[in-house]
Amino acid sequence: MPDPLLPEPLLTVRGLTIDIPVGGGTLHAVRGIDFDVNRGETLCIVGESGSGKSLTSLALMGLLGGRIDRRAARMEFDGIDLTGANKRTMRALRGDRMSMIFQEPMTSLNPAYSIGDQLTEALLLHRDISRDAARARAVELLEKVGITAAASRLGQYPHQLSGGLRQRVMIAMALMCEPELIIADEPTTALDVTIQAQILRLLVELGREMNMAMILITHDLGVVARVADKVAVMYAGELVETGSADEVFNAPMHPYTRGLLRCIPQPGKTERGARLGTIPGIVPSLVGKVSGCPFRTRCDQVVDACRQDVPHRHPGAGEHAFRCVHENGLRAGGEVVT
Amino acid sequence: MTATSKAETPVLELRGVTKTYSVKQGLFGTAKPLTAVNDVSLSLGRGQVLGLVGESGCGKSTLAKILLGLEAPTQGEVRVDGERIDAADRRKLARRIQPIFQDPYSSLNPRKSIEDIVSLPLLVHDVGDSASRSKAVREILDIVGLPARVMQTYPSQMSGGQRQRVAIARALIMKPEIVICDEPTSALDVSVQSQILNLLGDLRAEFGLTYLFISHDLAVVEHLATRVAVMYLGRIVEETQVADLFDTPRHPYTQALLKSVLTPDPGQGVPDTELGMEYPNPIAPPPGCHFHPRCPVAMDKCRTDRPYPVATPDGHVECHLFGGEQTQPTKSA
Repeated sequence: MPDPLLPEPLLTVRGLTIDIPVGGGTLHAVRGIDFDVNRGETLCIVGESGSGKSLTSLALMGLLGGRIDRRAARMEFDGIDLTGANKRTMRALRGDRMSMIFQEPMTSLNPAYSIGDQLTEALLLHRDISRDAARARAVELLEKVGITAAASRLGQYPHQLSGGLRQRVMIAMALMCEPELIIADEPTTALDVTIQAQILRLLVELGREMNMAMILITHDLGVVARVADKVAVMYAGELVETGSADEVFNAPMHPYTRGLLRCIPQPGKTERGARLGTIPGIVPSLVGKVSGCPFRTRCDQVVDACRQDVPHRHPGAGEHAFRCVHENGLRAGGEVVT
Repeated sequence: MTATSKAETPVLELRGVTKTYSVKQGLFGTAKPLTAVNDVSLSLGRGQVLGLVGESGCGKSTLAKILLGLEAPTQGEVRVDGERIDAADRRKLARRIQPIFQDPYSSLNPRKSIEDIVSLPLLVHDVGDSASRSKAVREILDIVGLPARVMQTYPSQMSGGQRQRVAIARALIMKPEIVICDEPTSALDVSVQSQILNLLGDLRAEFGLTYLFISHDLAVVEHLATRVAVMYLGRIVEETQVADLFDTPRHPYTQALLKSVLTPDPGQGVPDTELGMEYPNPIAPPPGCHFHPRCPVAMDKCRTDRPYPVATPDGHVECHLFGGEQTQPTKSA
């Protein structure tokens, strides 16, 4: 129910579905997910490999391959319909109003072009601006992301920079046109923990300064807790739990979310050397007809009803929602294990 | 600096181990020395888990390679059970020290069946006949939680977690005393990671294994390790019991590393590690204390004089804040 007092979300996604034709039929990689992102807000999509989180980000950017079928009831960026947008519309948006930061700074920077050329490319394409002004803007942003001797870096090539510096260059590149939305797919996974903290701080600060919305895709629950305003937990192509970071981490409802939090050693909480929680089994195949709760094959709260359609539940007054046949994510008589 | 009582010989001991490479910068550049591991002395008792932490490029992996006999130290020696191991004798070393690598997707030969992969060490060391090797594989697979039917399958048919179990089975089939775990769970999903960490803990208890556990994930190190060594530019700057390190970190670098751990606690934001600068170039390490350009509490002395190890109740720290004067002649270069 839209609140008339609240501004329209920057990004609205309803019923996003991604089907991939494979040898044995169709892989239902993402099945009808809904989410909103407001201006200046950070949404973290957290999930394990194969959950469909990276496909979701590529779908938003219109970067899925031609064989992949993407459908949505509604997918709007600031009132622009993305479902029916043609290549020209998407090209005008990408790199300008929405941009992306990828995981591997080595493979996503072009080794044959200088840092300066790559930084200014989007700006020269989208704006009527001189080469000198574009380079000045590039220097300004390199300084902003904490790169020293920024002007001398423009002539350098990616191989001359360390991993941490390359990722900063990627961030500077994504910010060149002051986008309203940044999608960052595992932006710090390949980096050292010390550099990770610096890059994340930088992203959060810049986001706040520029009132930029961010979708951060990660498997790291620590990153999510520290960066997210809103969290979406993704499992096997569905969002199984969504809510504020506080709701999802302090009162997790879905058995999968609870299970994930038990799996990681938490300094100060988990006893050193004690056994960690586990989630047995593996992610189900999403080829062919997928029905019922996708987590039921690994769930410790499974009952017969999990084969049927799973309702959305709203445990509190806020935006917190989860999908489970059990009202509180626990079967009758079940207890929360922490 | 030892984890064991005086009477007991440490299962693994490093004395003044140094590894220097000669590195050419550019096509026509002159070769310069790069000291990847700089005068490292460590001692590890049986059944201990030494967590080795530090940023990429600090020399963790070079140290692991020396222990596996894949690299010979330029100086110093490695002792297993008090016996000096010559890196040239790799077969002997391989019986006692085995590795588990980070990526179970690239560390298993895709063209070999699981039985072939796991039994290869037995074949190399000429242990038993075909039937007894097959039996040994079945037993070790059972121990790591894989059914015997996987013996005839191939790595491509397995999940990441199953593959890492195969890698563990292969490492354990020679009944080594020491296992070098180089980022063993960082390529795995969270739910799989915990299974592998539990398995490593169980195996250690059951077989009295000693681990060198290299990881960038400090929460995992805190959970599994009994001792922790912090490495910076080739040197162990702090080494002590796990509780001591995490409860009272002494070295400013250790403190910064601990600060950078993102626990899943919402509302706390991303911490400022105060590590301003980039990781320094190991070919031209900063003078004095190598850490001083990034150190938030660096003093004048740190810019000129190198610190020496200072004993702490459970280990050592190498920092001018704690003294760190040269009290005895060291072997270091």
